[in-house]
Amino acid sequence: MLYREAGQFKTSYAADQAMLPIRQDRIALVLLLVVAFLGVPVLGSDFFLSSIMIPFLVFALAAVGLNILTGYAGQLSLGTGAFMGVGAYSCYKLATYFPDTNIIVLVLASGVFSALIGVAFGLPSLRIKGLYLAITTLAAQFFLEWCFIRIEWLYNYNDSGAIEVPQRMLFNIAVTGPHATPTTRYLVILSIVAIMTLVAANVLRGRIGRSWMMIRDMDIAAELMGIRPLRSKLSAFAFSSYYCGVAGALMVFFWLGSAEVEAFDINHSFLILFMVIIGGMGSLTGCFMGAAFIWVLPVIIRAIPPFFGLDMLAATTEHISNIIIGSLIIFFLIVEPHGLARLWQIAKEKLRTWPFPYASS
Amino acid sequence: MKSKILISASALFVAAACAMPVVQAEDSLYLPSMSYRTGPFAGGGTPFADGYADYLNMLNERDGGIGGVKVVVEECETAYNTQKGVECYEATKGNGALAYSPLSTGITLALIPKAPVDQIPVFSMGYGLSAAAIGEKFPWTFVYPTTYWSQMSSILKYIDSNGGVAGKKIGFIYLDAGYGKEPLPLLEQLSESMGFELAKYPVGGKEMQNQSAQWLNVRKDRPDWMIMWGWGAMNPTAIKEAVKIRYPLDRFIGNWWAGSHNDLQAVGKNGKGYLAANFSGIGQQYPAVQDILKHVVDKGNSKVASREAVGNVLYNRGLFNAVVLAEAITVAQAKTGKAVINGADMRYGLENINLTAERLAELGLADFTGPLKGSCEDHEGAGAVFIQQWNGEDWEKVTDLIEPMTDVVRPLLEDAAAKYVSDKPDWEGQTCG
Repeated sequence: MLYREAGQFKTSYAADQAMLPIRQDRIALVLLLVVAFLGVPVLGSDFFLSSIMIPFLVFALAAVGLNILTGYAGQLSLGTGAFMGVGAYSCYKLATYFPDTNIIVLVLASGVFSALIGVAFGLPSLRIKGLYLAITTLAAQFFLEWCFIRIEWLYNYNDSGAIEVPQRMLFNIAVTGPHATPTTRYLVILSIVAIMTLVAANVLRGRIGRSWMMIRDMDIAAELMGIRPLRSKLSAFAFSSYYCGVAGALMVFFWLGSAEVEAFDINHSFLILFMVIIGGMGSLTGCFMGAAFIWVLPVIIRAIPPFFGLDMLAATTEHISNIIIGSLIIFFLIVEPHGLARLWQIAKEKLRTWPFPYASS
Repeated sequence: MKSKILISASALFVAAACAMPVVQAEDSLYLPSMSYRTGPFAGGGTPFADGYADYLNMLNERDGGIGGVKVVVEECETAYNTQKGVECYEATKGNGALAYSPLSTGITLALIPKAPVDQIPVFSMGYGLSAAAIGEKFPWTFVYPTTYWSQMSSILKYIDSNGGVAGKKIGFIYLDAGYGKEPLPLLEQLSESMGFELAKYPVGGKEMQNQSAQWLNVRKDRPDWMIMWGWGAMNPTAIKEAVKIRYPLDRFIGNWWAGSHNDLQAVGKNGKGYLAANFSGIGQQYPAVQDILKHVVDKGNSKVASREAVGNVLYNRGLFNAVVLAEAITVAQAKTGKAVINGADMRYGLENINLTAERLAELGLADFTGPLKGSCEDHEGAGAVFIQQWNGEDWEKVTDLIEPMTDVVRPLLEDAAAKYVSDKPDWEGQTCG
């Protein structure tokens, strides 16, 4: 009843090609952004911002990156953690060499290094497909992890072998380092994630994004229709790694404050792959839903026993949380293999015909 | 209707998450425990967390807390994972946490810069950043009773007193990560000044249980002594490999994370003779441990797996962690005259800690460890360790305390501390004296 496009006429090509053709969607997006930019910082506690929202946004951005490659271009990758690491380490090196440059510029620039590495490891994708490609990206994961341990230059020869984030200011406000408040860090991350998601949404529905989807659906047909596999596969790798790299830099600089190589290990890659699968392959909304499901839900489950005053051993809560998340993953994969995004889409379709589902068609 | 229930349920969950920092009663001493009872290193984390909690609960039961104020121990599960550890820190710091013992190097490194801002000291007992021993540069971080570098120099002194090191070949097998690589600069420097040859055998984090290649090289190189910086599954694997190539185990020394009951029970009788460094006493014979058995374990208030597990190496190390924190609270209470203290008072307490032999006896821990005295400059304390040996069934203490080579180690620590702060222009140190 409320969610229906009846009466919304498109009178120009531009209106017809709008990213969100339905007015209700546009209103919902604006409301969501208002809540995210104003409501959450005002109402949320420091814990909510720094341990739920900031990691959620970082993971969502990484999931967007992986979804571009796996969900849209059909190239399975297990190297996400390592590509995030490339972004983090290059941002650290850039911050060392250019201490006076705006940190946002450095974060965005560090994605370029990640993109270059991604292209290099994407080259085998021209010859091999599917699970075999997953194995070569696994090689990228292990090789890059080895580099992060062995090339001491990458962490400025620190005895601890870890990268530590220096304090950086933006308009005289600390945005990184221990003095940066969770609100500041949250707003910086939110701005970057919002803008980058918008860019991704537009790239994906344009010529480049469509060429990726053609490659995904049938690469031979795509080639016959004039899509160059080399260019579109490598651009997908570059685009995806860029997003992952920026997410990695954000993770270290705006969330953790320091990182060892373990922060970028294979488990990290799996975590993000799960987010993409649970959220929905080939859906940007799904990336956010998947990140919320995998990261935020356990935090909430852990908060339930103390909320009700139950004295439960922390490890027991952890086990219970693992069991619940595990069974929910199985449940969702059986009930809806296309992920949470598909559930959302079904809900929207139902809403459009509600309350007279049999009236149309 | 269904969706309404769903929406209200999820709203409740979000509200729960927002309201999560539970407000503690004003008149208590709140000590969070960052435990790891799950994950790949749970075998080591569980006894440590048990010892830590049991000692503080014993103080509550026996003495009614510290200075008449109950201690609240809240466990937060980190699974040895940095992300989860930082989450634990954010979740508990608002409750008036007095100090954090993060247990994993990654979490420690993440918390060190936060400590001065949030005014909560970090007590990383013998792990984490060695450079934090320099109190002028790290006012909020404490590494009592010793650092990895001091410990390495003590081990080398032990080797030196058992046939000398000059002209010998010493093998160093280590976890190829920040933790394992940390003693390398010291070893390289000492190999020149003490005149021994150093052979390095790195073990990758994923190859912890597959060390045949490293031990093949050991068999080829025939080092006179082996030193190990290992953790978790790496330790029993290394000892089994050493047995396989018939390496003399009484010339194989692990550091204090490579010498627990868990490690050696997996090897059993074959591990007889293996040596390891340690700084906390072994066994149940200490009066304080007896009090734990009486007031906590026998009343069923402990999470410990069995009564026998009380007093094992890692249990007692967790206990010692709690002892240092409890003693720091006592010092801070005496100085401020308040029973309920805050993080800044706790920092004073940790810095001015003085666990003399008499005080240890008073606490029911005579000969448990060496005397420990902190100061503004020295956040490492005395730094002495002893060597223990596995007799096939249990650990035995085989040496007295071995002092580190402070004259060699301290300048290295100072360099490392200066390097750490060099790229942080806004780092706040403190001036002593």
